[in-house]
Amino acid sequence: MGQVMKPQQRQLLYAGLTVMLVVIWIFYSANGPQTTAVLAGTVRAATLLALGAMCGMIGERSGVVNIGIEGQFLLSAFAAFTIASMTGSLFMGTVAGIGMGLMMGWLLAAMAVGLKVDQIIAGTVLNIAALGLTSFFYDRSRSLGMGKYTNIDLGPLADIPLVGTVFFSRPPLTYLTMALLVVVHVALFRSVWGMRTRAIGEHPGAADTVGIDVLRLRYLNVTLAGGLAGLGGAYLALEAVGTFSRAMSGGRGFLALAVMIFGRRTPFGAYAAALFFGFTTALQNQFQLNNTFDIPPQFVGMLPFVVTIVVVALSGLVGSMRDPAALGQNYEKG
Amino acid sequence: MSEVLLAAENVTKQFPGVLANDDVSIRLRPGRILALLGENGAGKSTLVNVLFGMYRPDSGQVVIKDETVDLHGPDDAISRGIGMVHQHFQLVPPMRVVENIVLGDEPTKRGLVDLDEARNRVVELSERYGLEIDPDALVEDLPVGMQQRVEILKALYRNADVLIMDEPTGVLTPQEADHLLGVLRELTETGLGIVFITHKLREVLAIADDIVVLRNGKVVGETTPSQTSESGLAEMMVGRSVVLQVEKSVATPGDVVLKVNELEVNDDRGQIALDGLNFEVRAGEILGVAGVEGNGQRELVEAITGLRHPSVGVMEIDGEQLTSGSPRQITKKGVAHIPEDREKHGVVAVYSVAENSILNRYHRRPFSIRGILRRDVIRGHAQDVVDEFDVRTPNVLVPASSLSGGNKQKLIVGREFSDEIKLLIAAQPTRGIDIGAIEFIHRRILEQRDKGTAVLLVSAELDEILGLSDRIAVLYDGKIMDVIDAQDADREKIGLLMAGITD
Repeated sequence: MGQVMKPQQRQLLYAGLTVMLVVIWIFYSANGPQTTAVLAGTVRAATLLALGAMCGMIGERSGVVNIGIEGQFLLSAFAAFTIASMTGSLFMGTVAGIGMGLMMGWLLAAMAVGLKVDQIIAGTVLNIAALGLTSFFYDRSRSLGMGKYTNIDLGPLADIPLVGTVFFSRPPLTYLTMALLVVVHVALFRSVWGMRTRAIGEHPGAADTVGIDVLRLRYLNVTLAGGLAGLGGAYLALEAVGTFSRAMSGGRGFLALAVMIFGRRTPFGAYAAALFFGFTTALQNQFQLNNTFDIPPQFVGMLPFVVTIVVVALSGLVGSMRDPAALGQNYEKG
Repeated sequence: MSEVLLAAENVTKQFPGVLANDDVSIRLRPGRILALLGENGAGKSTLVNVLFGMYRPDSGQVVIKDETVDLHGPDDAISRGIGMVHQHFQLVPPMRVVENIVLGDEPTKRGLVDLDEARNRVVELSERYGLEIDPDALVEDLPVGMQQRVEILKALYRNADVLIMDEPTGVLTPQEADHLLGVLRELTETGLGIVFITHKLREVLAIADDIVVLRNGKVVGETTPSQTSESGLAEMMVGRSVVLQVEKSVATPGDVVLKVNELEVNDDRGQIALDGLNFEVRAGEILGVAGVEGNGQRELVEAITGLRHPSVGVMEIDGEQLTSGSPRQITKKGVAHIPEDREKHGVVAVYSVAENSILNRYHRRPFSIRGILRRDVIRGHAQDVVDEFDVRTPNVLVPASSLSGGNKQKLIVGREFSDEIKLLIAAQPTRGIDIGAIEFIHRRILEQRDKGTAVLLVSAELDEILGLSDRIAVLYDGKIMDVIDAQDADREKIGLLMAGITD
């Protein structure tokens, strides 16, 4: 399974981490504020990707492809923003975002699992519907009167140089996401639910013959996973940006799928990948702010996407990742 | 202990157009092995599915441990102690043995799967029944025989006292199969009852305590091994006397027709499937290729018929180099092909019998002239094939999909044999068809041999290989272990080679 690493892979991982820490330390000594800004930006960008990747991996581990994460982000962001603005409560807005994500997850399950629509088409329906609905109902005059979620310092931890700012002085949904990484990891690899989930994604027939209701579990998982994307939407509107704008998810739902694949469909792997992609985003922001390169900003803005293409292509070349065997296939009893 | 472990009483099950089970009764007692014998379509699977709760009978009832029960699904059957080992294993390959065994009935500790406890239980079970296994091995790394053991442990873990084994020896070498029969015999000593489904007569005689023979959905005979013989059982299965072993004259091999030199072929995943094969087939002889399925047989047949291109090596047909030739070039040399998968490569299901009868030469005279098909000629030809090869069909215009498996196969054989041929490639030519059709096709293959055709026969049925071949090549892991003359061959010898063992 995905969580098992070969000794060489482990060594490679540790070597990579060491090099990274040394590089960060060198940069931090050279230019403290800017390094801190880039790394804080990295964590900020990674949160949304990690939530999307977890949504995707729960679906895919159960055998259902979800390419509708982009739409789930967008419509949930819209719901979260609108409800928060109406009620004046960020908490209510967050609940609304999660609720919308669950509803869209349920809709995807109804199409892809219940009606056995092609999974890619079902996901595309979500994306198109979300873009259309949010554009139509978007009300420019709305705003968050009370402002967005603010940073919470975790006591003395927040005072550690660099690390404190980057990890322990964050807004609440970021902390929640970090906690969810652990929860989803334990659930996927240690719980009864997780074992059955992995089984129905690999060999639904085998699960069926031991009395596991494959369709019901897929329905449940795709719906619940939608809640994670919904939280991502709420994070986007209420914590990262503080407002809603048209098509504000900006392709990050798709980027989350790349993150999921690169992270081998494991929560921690996905978070590492999310940090990596987040880093390219943060770096690109910093370049644009400082006018580091004398080229049009649009080109600098391409950085994360170019890196995505290169990395996904490379990971394909390495070829160490294997999809769940029943991925994308509808299950017929019998 | 109960008198009757598992029974079907007057079970009738109707499907649209077929009476799959007609008033069927069977009865399994503790510590006994009941063999359920019948041809494809005789109603074995339906009956087993009724016993396992997959189907509900239209009338009649299922009795488990002296108690009439109403099964609503497999879980119902499992919870009452019925375990089933499916013909196609129901295991999750990338998961560990222990995870596969406890899946669906996992021991837990504080809400999480308690793998230590699971491992203990598996080890305890495997010791109690003498079924040694490494609980932490990944299922995908295990050989087929071991995977089957995991399936049996899976049933025992759920406290099964009845095991239903569906065609369990199909994927095993003869030695592995014998070993399995021994294991099953030992299991019955603990009071377990076993329903053993098969079409292999020899196994039935070797293992069964009671034998029930099904034909056309009805029980046509109940007997015991001491009261019957292979031919007796075959007669019950088919309803008339059959010849199990076709008469065969001594071969008179002529010139080399097919010559294969250092052939290397990759499988679909790009892995080496055939690793430097050398052999030749002469006119007027049958070279049988034995081996457990998946050892390169499919790739071999596809390489020779032009469906797959070898990466290295040379193939010559009748002296002409045809490595990587197209199927049409190869067919033109007089090569006939009875494909392994008749639904996929043998017939076009939606085409009529007539159209199917010319699939290999529709583009030639007299069947078409300047690109226009000549219907009358084609129908006439199809009628000849149907008459000569005993294809049971109302007429030649019905779609091929309406024929039974045996009749489809006879249609394919008829099409391939209705031209002058030099080389016949027959892959699993009698898979899943009735004994009558098997006998017919065997005769026709021998007839071709006697007319001077070179025959390459690839089959997973060792009896078929032993019955027809003049020489036998054993394929293991993409290599030919040995080629032996048929008169020196026996099951034992070939079985060892099939497992990759040479002395």
